[in-house]
Amino acid sequence: MKEVSFKIDGKTYKAPLGENLIMAAKRNGVYIPTLCYLEGHPCLGTCRVCTIRVNGRSMAACTLTLTENMQLEVNTSELQDMRKAIVELIFVEGNHFCPACEKGGDCQLQAVAYAMDMRVARFHYSFSPYRIHYEGKNIILEHNRCMHCKRCTNLFQDDQGYKIFSFINRGSKTRVMIDLDREKLLSAEKLREAKQLCPTGAILLQGGGFDRAIGTRQYDQRPIGVIPKGEK
Amino acid sequence: MSRKITIDPITRVEGHGKVTIHLNDQGEVQESRFHVVEFRGFEKFIQGRPYWEAPVLVQRLCGICPVSHHLCSAKAIDEIVGVSQSDLTATAVKMRRLMHYGQILQSHALHFFYLASPDLLLGIQSSFDRRNIVGVALDYPDLAKKGILLRKFGQEIIKVTAGKKIHGISAVPGGIHKNLSLSEKNLFYQGGEIPTIHEVMKWAQETLEFYIEYHKKNKSWLEGLALCQSNYLSLVRPDGAMDLYHGVLRAIGPNGERILDDVDYHTYLEHFAEDVKPWSYMKFPFLKKLGIDRGWSRVGPLARINTCDFIPTPLAQAALEYFRCYHGSRICHTTLSYHWARLIELLHAAEVIAQLLDDPDLQQSSLIVTGQRAKTGIGFLEAPRGTLIHHYEVDEKSAITMCNLIVSTTHNNEAMNRAVNAVATQYLKNNQELSEGMLNHIEVAIRAYDPCLSCATHAIGNMPLHVSLFNSQGHLIHERYK
Ligand code: SF4
Repeated sequence: MKEVSFKIDGKTYKAPLGENLIMAAKRNGVYIPTLCYLEGHPCLGTCRVCTIRVNGRSMAACTLTLTENMQLEVNTSELQDMRKAIVELIFVEGNHFCPACEKGGDCQLQAVAYAMDMRVARFHYSFSPYRIHYEGKNIILEHNRCMHCKRCTNLFQDDQGYKIFSFINRGSKTRVMIDLDREKLLSAEKLREAKQLCPTGAILLQGGGFDRAIGTRQYDQRPIGVIPKGEK
Repeated sequence: MSRKITIDPITRVEGHGKVTIHLNDQGEVQESRFHVVEFRGFEKFIQGRPYWEAPVLVQRLCGICPVSHHLCSAKAIDEIVGVSQSDLTATAVKMRRLMHYGQILQSHALHFFYLASPDLLLGIQSSFDRRNIVGVALDYPDLAKKGILLRKFGQEIIKVTAGKKIHGISAVPGGIHKNLSLSEKNLFYQGGEIPTIHEVMKWAQETLEFYIEYHKKNKSWLEGLALCQSNYLSLVRPDGAMDLYHGVLRAIGPNGERILDDVDYHTYLEHFAEDVKPWSYMKFPFLKKLGIDRGWSRVGPLARINTCDFIPTPLAQAALEYFRCYHGSRICHTTLSYHWARLIELLHAAEVIAQLLDDPDLQQSSLIVTGQRAKTGIGFLEAPRGTLIHHYEVDEKSAITMCNLIVSTTHNNEAMNRAVNAVATQYLKNNQELSEGMLNHIEVAIRAYDPCLSCATHAIGNMPLHVSLFNSQGHLIHERYK
């Protein structure tokens, strides 16, 4: 594919025309924080954590593809603060108590918050009121941690190709739900995939977590946002 | 006219409490209350959470002894997954024991060197801004350095067993999720940033010897302050040995007579009830058999020294024999001998750690076992401050439906109230003023128990000291802050 030139924060880079902006930046060693976006999958555009400025307008980077001479602003202090504010809003909207969450160390929301050096949220907590959903055979839904990213509803399929997660209710009452009949049949591998797919600790599995030592979990080994040379 | 005195805040204990002293119409002390006014409600908000979160969540009660809560909760949750303590793999039990004795070592070192030694070494009457670990470091640099390093050693043991120094996550239902690698083991033999295990044993012994000399020189006030005859409660190994991780429940009366004769701790509800007072969030547990007035027990180092028949490590056993010989009786009631007892346990912890570090079972890879799910799980453990109880009920969906926590400091609640009363009675006999001396001695008496008020009420905060004096009509007539 044809390579084009573009600029990030005034510096010129090259990447294939039409490439997703998150990937084009990563290829050049620039990290743009993401939560709903999953490499190799269609963009969801729900979380807005990848907000950057494109030719002067604030936009979600994951929703855009690269064109010739694009002028991107990524790491201005204003944009960094704006993205941090979005992450803080996700924290206050739910109940993300990392110290007791089994997803700690493997949680993308936690990792992004660390990468942004978020210490405390500047907004009031909304004290998410939901009970944990224990009706599944193996999957437990901790609604208070769901950030409505749509990864599970849009990207997860069972072995027969059916989508088993969906949203119920509307607006601020929106919650994720599972097809209980199909959930029963999921293989251990598929269950693990569902848990891993969720960028927070909203999808849990019966029988518990905390199964790996501190130091061996995904983001203990490599903090998010550190792009090794080979991956550029 | 009767009066009431309040001491608030009390410093150098974990948490926040205050003291009120009520005088009768004759100006004599009628009642003293040690109020614990923090509230956190862990027992409530754990409800509905999946059971495997309990060992990680509930330990957040405390930043000083989270390991005790982590392990006690894990023991209870083992039972939820159908695993008894004897079913656990050798590696799991020994890793947990190592973690626990590391915790005992660091917590006892913290208490003795950071919290108690300023009173003991610099003097209760010494100036307030100097009576702290920095003051100790200036006057006793070698001792302070050893104290800091002993604590660091304990914390490093916790780190390699639990995953981090505070609030680790390794004890999981049915076992442990990591073993001890050889490189981790070697940290404790090579020296450098942390002392070697051999140095730790030597320093523990030296500190104990130092304390014994100090005790002998200050015998009269140490043995006279807040003297209190009581029952004593702790776990012991079924053969009567001191065991801080697991055992049967033994309670003895003031003369050593058995009240609970090595009973299975799962029957604790048959033996214990809790009283509630409107002026404190901390409950008052008591042995049903003896009733509210006589059924309270002291727990913690002094209690364990009194209940156990022997200590299963040689240096600590020799120290125990000397302790009993010195006090001239099998049971010691001297409140400030909590410090002595704590240092014997510190030495015992160092010896146990030395044995465990040498045990090849810690490098084995069989870590977790599973069993048949159950609804109830009860865990007991001897935390640094005394007997700790965690009790959970879990429904068939895995949600916790009930949680009961009785923490060490709670057992000592009555004793601390009586200690305050004893000091106040002594000081206010001929004098109706709140003297500096009285305030200091009340603090020292309470601190002997190393209370953790955050744990006791499942509450948060710094422990400051505020004393108020009220008359019989409930009017505040005098108050002092420290
Ligand atoms: S459950 Fe997880 S993956 Fe699904 S929408 Fe919520 S946060 Fe996203």
